[in-house]
Amino acid sequence: MFEGLRSIIARDLRLSMRRRGDVLNHLVFFVIVVTLFPLGVGPEPNLMRIMAPGIVWVAALLAAMLSLQRLFASDYADGTLEQMLISAHPLGLIVVGKIVAHWLMSGLPLTLLAPVLGLQFDLPQQALGVLTLSLLIGTPVLSLIGAVGAALTLGVRGGGVLLALLVLPLYIPVLIFGAGGVAAMANGLGAGPHLSLLGAFLAISCVVAPWAACVALRVAYD
Amino acid sequence: MKATTLEAHADGRGNPLLRFAAPQAFFPLAGKMIPWFAALAVVFAVGGLYVSFFVAPTDFQQGESYRVIFIHVPSAWMSMFLYVVMAAWAAFGLILNTRLSGMMASAIAPTGAMFTFIALWTGALWGKPTWGTWWVWDARLTSELILLFLYLGFIALTTAIDDPRRAERAGAVLAIVGVINVPIIYFSVKWWNTLHQGASVSLTKAPSMAATMLAGMFLMALAAWMYSFAAALWRVRSIILERERDALWVRERGGEA
Repeated sequence: MFEGLRSIIARDLRLSMRRRGDVLNHLVFFVIVVTLFPLGVGPEPNLMRIMAPGIVWVAALLAAMLSLQRLFASDYADGTLEQMLISAHPLGLIVVGKIVAHWLMSGLPLTLLAPVLGLQFDLPQQALGVLTLSLLIGTPVLSLIGAVGAALTLGVRGGGVLLALLVLPLYIPVLIFGAGGVAAMANGLGAGPHLSLLGAFLAISCVVAPWAACVALRVAYD
Repeated sequence: MKATTLEAHADGRGNPLLRFAAPQAFFPLAGKMIPWFAALAVVFAVGGLYVSFFVAPTDFQQGESYRVIFIHVPSAWMSMFLYVVMAAWAAFGLILNTRLSGMMASAIAPTGAMFTFIALWTGALWGKPTWGTWWVWDARLTSELILLFLYLGFIALTTAIDDPRRAERAGAVLAIVGVINVPIIYFSVKWWNTLHQGASVSLTKAPSMAATMLAGMFLMALAAWMYSFAAALWRVRSIILERERDALWVRERGGEA
């Protein structure tokens, strides 16, 4: 059973590596969005230090959202997804595999890049650690919830904007606690409660999201 | 399969509850119920508005401006409640594969979105004189706004998909995922108690408001309920006609509906 999971992850990773440009584009997008804020708001260092967690998190949210279309769309277009649906492997496992691969190619690079961007905003050392940790816990939630949205909007006209409309409201709790934890740490309070709640979201979405994505995929092929 | 067995109940045999699960049987029943619910909505609204404007005393802290509570609180209740009802119908539709359930969910969504909007709008009108600002980024206000986004997302998804069966079932998945948000709204008052006042009405404690105020609010809440029933049934009748327009019974009804 886990053989199937591993081969799905390996396959999706290999496909992503063949189209390295896509992965890099989302990272560049992430950096550009973060850069836009100081240009728009003004380079006041104190203001920037306060806004940094929110800016980085919002940019990560948008970058993760943009990459969601990669998740099922190309497999849907060439019929691979249909074969996966009728294969002997449980659909839930396939979906989990695809989500893991998606996170490794979108959430993880964002997480690794975030401390560098945090340095640009002069975030204190511990806050940088919390920022990375919160992204590490939070970005899998983004991939999980996003998979439901991506499955729901498969082959629907205006899918891209619609996907944003569906997924962004569901991302809000993650944004609140992700950015809130960093801000709390920067203000000298502990980030523990925020990170715990993020962990709770991760636990809930691990249970609900793959199931919902499976149902949504079956609906799409009904 | 399931739908056809339910169809067999439409001619009056079998479980009376299942009988009305068929759109064909539910259509005339809804038609009979709408005038009653609409009339009750008017009666409760007139009574509730009378109590709230002429009977309920002036608040000694907030003056007359508090009277928006009689519209604000019932709409906020309805906005959250209707989302749960919508998700429940959606879940029924997904699990039992009954056709009417999905139609009910789509019929409830616009009414729910309307109440959410009213709650936000009246909240802003109330916030200006009491807090001195139209909007604060308080947890409860924000979650109500998210609720509006969830309603709009549901409506956008179901209207973007052309095949009605797929639209309903995709909407159902979204509604069930979104329903997790409703308890977050409710408990947000307790979790991040900032500028928004705590719950005024509680089942466990004595209410912190005059009895006539409470009466006005409950009358308005009943009016909102009755209105929601009437509006949802009205809308579901149109949806049934639209979906079943090729069915024999719809064509036989011809111009009368």
